[in-house]
Amino acid sequence: METAPKPGKDVPPKKDKLQTKRKKPRRYWEEETVPTTAGASPGPPRNKKNRELRPQRPKNAHILKKSRISKKPQVPKKPREWKNPESQSGLSGAQDPFPGPAPVPVEVGQKFCRIDKSRKLPHSKAKTRSRLEVAEAEEEETSIKAARSELLLAEEPGFLEGEDGEDTAKICQADIVEAVDIASAAKHFDLNLRQFGPYRLNYSRTGRHLAFGGRRGHVAALDWVTKKLMCEINVMEAVRDIRFLHSEALLAVAQNRWLHIYDNQGIELHCIRRCDRVTRLEFLPFHFLLATASETGFLTYLDVSVGKIVAALNARAGRLDVMSQNPYNAVIHLGHSNGTVSLWSPAMKEPLAKILCHRGGVRAVAVDSTGTYMATSGLDHQLKIFDLRGTYQPLSTRTLPHGAGHLAFSQRGLLVAGMGDVVNIWAGQGKASPPSLEQPYLTHRLSGPVHGLQFCPFEDVLGVGHTGGITSMLVPGASEPNFDGLESNPYRSRKQRQEWEVKALLEKVPAELICLDPRALAEVDVISLEQGKKEQIERLGYDPQAKAPFQPKPKQKGRSSTASLVKRKRKVMDEEHRDKVRQSLQQQHHKEAKAKPTGARPSALDRFVR
Amino acid sequence: MTANRLAESLLALSQQEELADLPKDYLLSESEDEGDNDGERKHQKLLEAISSLDGKNRRKLAERSEASLKVSEFSVSSEGSGEKLVLADLLEPVKTSSSLATVKKQLSRVKSKKTVELPLNKEEIERIHREVAFNKTAQVLSKWDPVVLKNRQAEQLVFPLEKEEPAIAPIEHVLSGWKARTPLEQEIFNLLHKNKQPVTDPLLTPVEKASLRAMSLEEAKMRRAELQRARALQSYYEAKARREKKIKSKKYHKVVKKGKAKKALKEFEQLQKVNPTVALEEMEKIENARMMERMSLKHQNSGKWAKSKAIMAKYDLEARQAMQEQLSKNKELTQKLQVASESEEEEGGTEDVEELLVPDVVNEVQMNADGPNPWMLRSCTSDTKEAATQEDPEQLPELAAHEVSASGAEERPVAEEEILLREFEERQSLRKRSELNQDAEPASSQETKDSSSQEVLSELRALSQKLKEKHQSRKQKASSEGTVPQVQREEPAPEEEEPLLLQRPERVQTLEELEELGKEDCFQNKELPRPLLEGQQSERTPNNRPDAPKEKKEKEQLINLQNFLTTQSPSVRSLAVPTIIEELEDEEERNHRQMIKEAFAGDDVIRDFLKEKREAVEASKPKDVDLTLPGWGEWGGVGLKPSAKKRRQFLIKAPEGPPRKDKNLPNVIINEKRNIHAAAHQVQVLPFPFTHHWQFERTIQTPIGSTWNTQRAFQKLTTPKVVTKPGHIIKPIKAEDVGYQSSSRSDLPVIQRNPKRITTRHNKEEKL
Repeated sequence: METAPKPGKDVPPKKDKLQTKRKKPRRYWEEETVPTTAGASPGPPRNKKNRELRPQRPKNAHILKKSRISKKPQVPKKPREWKNPESQSGLSGAQDPFPGPAPVPVEVGQKFCRIDKSRKLPHSKAKTRSRLEVAEAEEEETSIKAARSELLLAEEPGFLEGEDGEDTAKICQADIVEAVDIASAAKHFDLNLRQFGPYRLNYSRTGRHLAFGGRRGHVAALDWVTKKLMCEINVMEAVRDIRFLHSEALLAVAQNRWLHIYDNQGIELHCIRRCDRVTRLEFLPFHFLLATASETGFLTYLDVSVGKIVAALNARAGRLDVMSQNPYNAVIHLGHSNGTVSLWSPAMKEPLAKILCHRGGVRAVAVDSTGTYMATSGLDHQLKIFDLRGTYQPLSTRTLPHGAGHLAFSQRGLLVAGMGDVVNIWAGQGKASPPSLEQPYLTHRLSGPVHGLQFCPFEDVLGVGHTGGITSMLVPGASEPNFDGLESNPYRSRKQRQEWEVKALLEKVPAELICLDPRALAEVDVISLEQGKKEQIERLGYDPQAKAPFQPKPKQKGRSSTASLVKRKRKVMDEEHRDKVRQSLQQQHHKEAKAKPTGARPSALDRFVR
Repeated sequence: MTANRLAESLLALSQQEELADLPKDYLLSESEDEGDNDGERKHQKLLEAISSLDGKNRRKLAERSEASLKVSEFSVSSEGSGEKLVLADLLEPVKTSSSLATVKKQLSRVKSKKTVELPLNKEEIERIHREVAFNKTAQVLSKWDPVVLKNRQAEQLVFPLEKEEPAIAPIEHVLSGWKARTPLEQEIFNLLHKNKQPVTDPLLTPVEKASLRAMSLEEAKMRRAELQRARALQSYYEAKARREKKIKSKKYHKVVKKGKAKKALKEFEQLQKVNPTVALEEMEKIENARMMERMSLKHQNSGKWAKSKAIMAKYDLEARQAMQEQLSKNKELTQKLQVASESEEEEGGTEDVEELLVPDVVNEVQMNADGPNPWMLRSCTSDTKEAATQEDPEQLPELAAHEVSASGAEERPVAEEEILLREFEERQSLRKRSELNQDAEPASSQETKDSSSQEVLSELRALSQKLKEKHQSRKQKASSEGTVPQVQREEPAPEEEEPLLLQRPERVQTLEELEELGKEDCFQNKELPRPLLEGQQSERTPNNRPDAPKEKKEKEQLINLQNFLTTQSPSVRSLAVPTIIEELEDEEERNHRQMIKEAFAGDDVIRDFLKEKREAVEASKPKDVDLTLPGWGEWGGVGLKPSAKKRRQFLIKAPEGPPRKDKNLPNVIINEKRNIHAAAHQVQVLPFPFTHHWQFERTIQTPIGSTWNTQRAFQKLTTPKVVTKPGHIIKPIKAEDVGYQSSSRSDLPVIQRNPKRITTRHNKEEKL
């Protein structure tokens, strides 16, 4: 299991430091002025390789300091928030040194702003303007409130940091397990299930439950944190894929012939014969859709809330066995043998987009949680990361010694690739950046070739299914540290789950709304708007919104002669015409300015160039 | 004319006949009388007919001068007179007298009044009534406009609108029943006591409370209303004063002035008794007025009117009286008050008496003569000096020209001289006039000289002016010429510099030329750095960037794609190499790759993809409509095609759609088809105040669901517009609720006129 230290590298082991930090919630009685408490606290003992935990306090304190500095300039920016400071003084007449609500950093508030102010609006009337102002004020207020409530996200993501250029990929699981606390260490385990062949696995949305199915018919579901087994059955048929439905109580298993649905006690609830020879399963939680890709080349959407098949789309690309979903917009990505990845929505018979990714067939596809990046690996041994924001161009490409057969993104954007019996994990610089493929963040060797991969939500755990069973390994910084208790609460009770189920069903998104840009719903359907306008004009015989043609006002004392009326009309017409010409000229200028090749910025010394 | 004469002669004849008939008539019996009468009427008619032949000068029939028995029973015979009786005529006595003039006037006034017009028909009257009623009601209701607007714009309306102010119990009342029990509380209170902080004291000092209570809202409103009233009254007064000031009637102003003067006198008398010092001041004022009067010629019979009266005075008693009146007024005004000594007054009086009825010119002279007024003297001397200075330059040419024109000038008649003199006078200032008058008597010969010299002078002046003008123009020309060369001289200098700057002899006139210029400049500027840049760019553009050159044709695209897929990407040197490949050395790896390449040699992925893309592009293009009918208008049959011209004529070209999104993305096919099912969920009609869909989109971009917002924000975003409290009666708005005061005062016209009924109805509407 352990990697052999490389002979060429003669690094004194003392310098090697592992820094795993599971962020503990800070309590109010803990003062930052007492860094010694951390050192004195009974931490994990030093291991034989002299690896030690770096004291956390100084770093923490530094962060706090930083945040205070960032707050300072913000203070004058929000004077509006201060509500008459005179009233703040209490009985004793003492003044609050920090009156009013806490100031909010602008950039944090900006994160929650959704109105695109870059687009310039056409001139609007006073009434419209007031409505727009109201909308903008509301947005600002809500964004400030959201920014302020960020304070409640107490948990911080963990991380693994090598000291002095030490390669974190060299750190093996055993070291990590030794360094972390007992509760975290318990999350690393191996299930030796050599009997029923390579395993596929799936975590529930809360990250609390794990279901796995072996090729040879072994299906089991368990609460993996407490290791409490919920059910274990053998379906006596080949199991291609397994997936939880909206909650941990329902389980979809793609068996050799048909799709079956079991409950958490292993009782078969449904056998869906319209989905036959299913190879891969994906569940879209907000639409309650179970997407199945079959050997026959059909992509079928099954609405699990009503039990209807919403759409059965023929991909016309042969056998489908590479599928993943885009969590941002619920678009299904299918990988094909001709090197393309196609994007599907149940509302369209054709793919929304087709991207040529590899020379050979596509072996694996994964999309990150923000819907920005897609990782693909193909038969040409290449691993590529594509930008999904309109350009669909590869951002980085790497050739792997033995192409990656399985790919998965974590909640915080870590990418894992399963290559044979080795698992490689890459990390990016920040949360929004794509994983850099230069250096792996972690590597791990398994007892058999990988067959299924998934990061556990809200836990720094990667589940790997392979021929030898299931491995749960620790990957610091993999997932979101803060969970939404109303949305996916790992600690929820049965009642809470039932309530959530009802609410989720009420908020179910219609299947036809799936499209590449999920914010399209906040846009006006311009085509039918114009169509309606045209129809109205046809019906009425005139355009009710058209600008009335200029009618000169009647004037007295002989100034309203026919000639002068005509003159006035002509004047207005000419003015309008001039405006038009001016506008078109401006547009031309803009175009030319854009078309001009932008060379280097002109420097002050250019004037001496002859 | 002939007809006229004819008629006249006829008439004369008939009259003669009548006269001849008269004695006969008397003798005739009554029976005959009737027949005769008939005949006479006929005759009359004939006469009328004849006379009416000429419509213009119909002759009036002769007036009946004596009473006759033959009164026609059919008509009142006023026809003889031919003119209408005027009411005033009845009143007129034989002799005109002034006492009836007023009655006449009244009569004429009565006559001038027109008859009352016909009343309008019912509908029109009703329409007018409606209009007036509408205007009134609209005005009454307009005061509710701000209230309505406010309620419409309010984020939330809570009904019933009036809120009872929550009774805030002062903290001392709350605290009075509470005592510190725990040790911590006791400690705190100890501290507070030590520092003499208020514990159970009222939060507000009595002074503060009083100040808060000093002016309640009601009082403030009352006060404001009072102020408004005062302001309104003031404005009314101002308007009145302005109006009165504009009155042009002299009589009115006279009366007003008289009244004022009387009042002032009365006051002055009173003041004298009460406050002598102030009275003195008043006295001074009156004295001032006197001085003004003495200075002015207002009442000295010197005006136009006075002169005309003076002429008339000989014959007209009234005019004489009027003149006397004027003078007496002057006297009255110039009279010194008590302070002046009596002797002086007497002297002045005698003088005044002497000067009575004497034209003022003489007066002036006299005054000049006997009153050695230093001010006047000085002005005279200064005048002479001025005149001298004015004449001095003129006299030199005068002297020269004098000899030439003297003979001619002497021959002219004296009258002419006088006229000239007058002209001269006009030209000179008014003050000079007196001096000249004095001069005129002693030297009459000089007058002639003066006059002649004057003529010459004027001529000379004209000449000199012309000369001056010429000179000036010449000067100007010269100056302009002088300036032009200067400018010209200056111009070459910039021109010399220009080549360095621009090298463009002709001026830039149009925008395009300007642009060209700019471009040229840019090019010149950038010529040097560009090659460098290009080199950099070429260096920079890595092989695996397929999107760098965007406007290339398909071939290039293909190459591009090839590039994109076959780039040598750096391979990962991982610590953990999969077990299967661990044994593979570099050569073996190469072999492996070869194998893969061979395996995929058959299916050219790129070509297939490009073909697919081309098809997709073709399919998405809007198709042309061909409306040609083969065989229509020309020969048809097997193997015959409609002519190219015809096909062109009937081919409707589809408009070119917007550019495809994947135009510049060689490795992507984006479906351009519209998702109709999703579009069904989108907004399809712009709501009212918005005119462009961007505006509306901006208002719906922020989500309001609890998933995307904090709880507070969610609650705020989803508050209902109207909230009604269950079990509460929602009464209509009263004027008092909104801040209006319903009072009966006249200076708040809107409210006063406003009947309550209307407001309540309006409120109901508003609620609905």
